[in-house]
Amino acid sequence: MASGVKPRVKVPKSASAGDAITIKTLISHPMESGQRKDGDGNPIPRSIINRFTCEFNGQSVIDITLEPAISTNPYFEFEATVPEAGEFAFTWYDDDGSVYNDNKAIAV
Amino acid sequence: MDFTRRETLALGGAAALTFVLPFRASAAADDAIAEFTGGAALADAGVELTAPEIAENGNTVPIAVSAPGATAVMVLAAGNPTPGVATFNFGPLAASQTASTRMRLAGTQDVIAIAKLADGSFARSAKTVKVTIGGCGG
Amino acid sequence: MKYKATTALAALAISTSMVFAGGADDDTLAIDGQEMITKTAAPAHMAETGVDTVISGWHFREDDTQSMQADTFDNPGMIAVDQAMDSWNTVEGSAEKSCASCHEGPESMEGVRAVYPKWNEEAGEVRTLAMQINDCRTNQMGADAYKYDSGPMAAMEALIAVQSRGMPVNVAIDGPVAETWEQGKELYYTRTGQLELSCANCHEDNYGNYIRADHLSQGQINGFPTYRLKNAKLNTVHGRFKGCVRDTRAETYAPGSPEFVALELYVASRGNGLSVEGPSVRN
Repeated sequence: MASGVKPRVKVPKSASAGDAITIKTLISHPMESGQRKDGDGNPIPRSIINRFTCEFNGQSVIDITLEPAISTNPYFEFEATVPEAGEFAFTWYDDDGSVYNDNKAIAV
Repeated sequence: MDFTRRETLALGGAAALTFVLPFRASAAADDAIAEFTGGAALADAGVELTAPEIAENGNTVPIAVSAPGATAVMVLAAGNPTPGVATFNFGPLAASQTASTRMRLAGTQDVIAIAKLADGSFARSAKTVKVTIGGCGG
Repeated sequence: MKYKATTALAALAISTSMVFAGGADDDTLAIDGQEMITKTAAPAHMAETGVDTVISGWHFREDDTQSMQADTFDNPGMIAVDQAMDSWNTVEGSAEKSCASCHEGPESMEGVRAVYPKWNEEAGEVRTLAMQINDCRTNQMGADAYKYDSGPMAAMEALIAVQSRGMPVNVAIDGPVAETWEQGKELYYTRTGQLELSCANCHEDNYGNYIRADHLSQGQINGFPTYRLKNAKLNTVHGRFKGCVRDTRAETYAPGSPEFVALELYVASRGNGLSVEGPSVRN
């Protein structure tokens, strides 16, 4: 388990129906690639966030598969359509089974 | 995590080679593409990949993909020890089929984007990114 | 490590024999729209150095790295600010206090980063911000001190720096701190290590030139703590000093040592007039 994992999400507070908005997400995570060795020469096991999803009122905006080549503290920027008022749900899935969530409401 | 530049470079088993000759392709990358496309032909138009010509640090390289109408875009780094970077699957509420992220590059190499377009066909785009080697380990 | 010696020597050879098109760029840094002072007239005490303009390290970075700092969301160093915000409100230690118990919100720290290191009359010593944070933790809260250049310390420094963002650095160099400042200046110009390099050799004589592929800055610390792409975390001033001195192939002073405290005061004073940028983003 990576300690102190902290999601950050930037979503406008309001939009007009049908608007395209830009969403940015950042989460603190070491994204240990599995390629490195520790001081004694033993491989450090891979421990990454392997999937990120963004949904709006239950419908998918984006579903991303992450590999070890994604940098420490994974960052994503993408665009979503806002058909109505509602809530964005952001979910990060860790290799160790942990799931991190954040939600942002948006008014229309 | 303490991912020093040197360690990032060392990620590439043949890191030294990357400075001489950028990796154009790797068997593993070809396999990943074949798995994604089912062996379909790759068009040159339909997907755009934005990446710096020279990355200040291979640890954090900003990239962006854009493929209007695509259902998914896969990004690969042919010269990394494992070529996979990310696959973006766009849902019905994606306002555009664009996304940006930050990635690791083990050395100078080609970054490749493969898009699955709306009609089920595939497109490919690639950029060579030079990764500089600093003088200060500090 | 033969490798390091050869590279550094080669780099030095390059920087003295060849001048690349380089130098600081002419871009403007605005963080979330707030314009920063990233170039300004050198403070009076630098009259004899030949440096007439002091320049933030931001100007020596590539556009992609620069833009990462211009938006507080894109800046990964801000994750640490969020984490420190939690620490700020967390009760720790035998006195059952948090930072907030005495200081209320972190906005009460406005202006603090800009004037540290500074003289502490009661203790009769020059104190860095890190020393002051640990004094609060041990003496006011009855909690354990943070390790001087640790992640939690860097994060707390970042939270405090953000409150002064945009304000010009303004550390005092006279009065009771004068002796420490002189000691710091002495260290700045002292060659160390097998490579016999002083701070000034790279950051005064050769800023704007390349040391292999690294673009040398003036070594300003107005942007600290700084998120470095190379290790993807916040780095403290003393952590950076240690890295630089080690690269000269010297035994380094320890983070928090009197030598590095003096050096921090002197280096900070070379950036008097530049905006507090912490947490900045650098290579």
